[in-house]
Amino acid sequence: MSGTEPTRNATGMPAATPAAGVPVASPGESIIRVEGLTAGYDDFVLLNQISFDVRRGEVFVILGGSGCGKSTLLKHMIGLYEPMAGHVFIDGDDIVDAEGDALRAILRKIGVMYQSGALFGSMTLLENVKLPLEEYTELPPEAVDLIGRMKLELVGLEQFTGHLPAAISGGMQKRAAIARAMALDPMILFLDEPSAGLDPITSASLDALIRRLAENLGVTFVIVTHELASIFAIADRVIMLDKRTKGIIAEGDPRVLRDTSTDPWVRQFFLREPEAAVA
Amino acid sequence: MAALAIRDTDAARVLALSGRLDAETIRDIWRDARRALAEAQDRRVVVDAKDVDYCDGAGIALLVDLLRQRNKGEVEVENLKPAFVTLLKQFDIGVLDHDLDPEPKRRPAVEEIGAIAAGVWHDLRVQVSFVGEMTSALFYAMRHPSTVRWRDVWVICEQVGADALPIVALISWLLGVILAFQSAIPMKKFGAEIFVADLIGLAMLRELGPLMTAILLAGRSGAAFAAEIGTMKVNQEVDALTTMGLDPVRFLVTPRVIAAILMTPLLTLFADLVSLLGGAMTLQSFSIPFVTFVHEVEGIVDFSDFMAGFVKTFVFAILIAGIGCLRGLQTTAGASSVGDAATRAVVSGIILLVIVDGAFAVVYFFLDI
Repeated sequence: MSGTEPTRNATGMPAATPAAGVPVASPGESIIRVEGLTAGYDDFVLLNQISFDVRRGEVFVILGGSGCGKSTLLKHMIGLYEPMAGHVFIDGDDIVDAEGDALRAILRKIGVMYQSGALFGSMTLLENVKLPLEEYTELPPEAVDLIGRMKLELVGLEQFTGHLPAAISGGMQKRAAIARAMALDPMILFLDEPSAGLDPITSASLDALIRRLAENLGVTFVIVTHELASIFAIADRVIMLDKRTKGIIAEGDPRVLRDTSTDPWVRQFFLREPEAAVA
Repeated sequence: MAALAIRDTDAARVLALSGRLDAETIRDIWRDARRALAEAQDRRVVVDAKDVDYCDGAGIALLVDLLRQRNKGEVEVENLKPAFVTLLKQFDIGVLDHDLDPEPKRRPAVEEIGAIAAGVWHDLRVQVSFVGEMTSALFYAMRHPSTVRWRDVWVICEQVGADALPIVALISWLLGVILAFQSAIPMKKFGAEIFVADLIGLAMLRELGPLMTAILLAGRSGAAFAAEIGTMKVNQEVDALTTMGLDPVRFLVTPRVIAAILMTPLLTLFADLVSLLGGAMTLQSFSIPFVTFVHEVEGIVDFSDFMAGFVKTFVFAILIAGIGCLRGLQTTAGASSVGDAATRAVVSGIILLVIVDGAFAVVYFFLDI
């Protein structure tokens, strides 16, 4: 597997040097800051006082076993849930306290792909992708239409632009949802389980697309996934959540963690060992 | 900001783009660039992107749009930074130039009418077939009561019956009040306001009580059945039942139909009483005391009148629950399909109720009930 991994420098960032003028990853420059976040449901605390940074232009992956709070964390980061305590800063602005136009300005900077796709069932795929462009920009209709078609071509759905979501497979719905999340070329893309349910070829194409957008446009990705092959192919940095400690048990380059971590849970995860193996 | 400068050389027309090309900035130059390209007519066009600092998906769309306006080679993009060239190369201009998934053409009107008629005929056949399947399941449940999921039945009874009491009470009371007012005013001119009690008694017990309760239940519980089963269908829960070897009709439809059969007559009785109460209260203002009202109703309404209305409620219950469940099971996929199922459950439920009520009226006439 390591043979197919992109080359990286000492910081774990991609070694490719993008063109001048392109906003790219600057190691250490934080675009998302999660500060002392406590999250849960009712009285049940799922994540306790966690803090971390996501750097501009990096592909950041949130890992962990089922039920450890990965998707919950993601939903707090995009402002869907209000935390019990703590703050989430997106490009310097706190999404937790933001309201009205301030919140809209933050949301303009992010795109989200939900686990189920969450496409609007009464709209065709093209209409789904065009919706954010129509709502947020004043582009002429022919430009909106072309951009919508291009986003769908990027995910290999150029032949299904007029289909309703119900008429295509779950994997295709997921790809269309990614196209919709990318419609406005946001600076941050949040993807919840993007590869789940996709065939290996489509999954690999998606990984390549993620790396291309991160390297050439400086798009920051925050991804929740379990797919180890995908993690090693795309991730610059990962954090691993654990439901026992309700916090982060590992942070760093996934290849380094796999090869050097002494934490049994981390090793178990990367080596795909059954639960009983760690006492 | 993005800017467009147009200059002509001996060899070509040059469209010089500069600045930041993104969704916010390209709107100012999109149509100008297209117009400049069209005005160049047969001359070669060069899009000079030397001074483009940033170019995201929207900027790439502008370049793609210019490239696709002419045949290959007649428009060229030059001096684009390598990072952006990578993004541009992702797209096949030929593919984007054609709508690969066009909307289907509308059928001619005659064909459309034929298709609608065929659809109605098919729907009718499905309904008849479903009635057969449901009746068979009900008979099976009667012969084997232990196979009925009684816990589900009681929960649905509460939702259909007890939870509907406030709305049934409000509508029935208002119906009694309105009927009394509307008829008492003209009848008072003839000194016949006492007969308003007869009118309310007969109309509510024979006709309006059962029909209004049934229409309320069609809107409330019929739609709920359709939406609930429709969502289960979308979530493949119905498929899961089938592959577990459990008949969806026995599992989902039978408890709902039994609950409706148990609750609709009781709600109708309640509606009859509340509407009579509303009528009696209204007639107090016309100097007709409560006791007189009751005495008058007792005198005009006999047991056969009560039964004429009461018997209908069982048929109405089967119709409401059956059509709600059928529409739920007919749900295809997606949220809008669930909405369609609920709407169709209410519309076809009410149509069937009115038709069946009319049929009862004809039968009662010939039976002299």
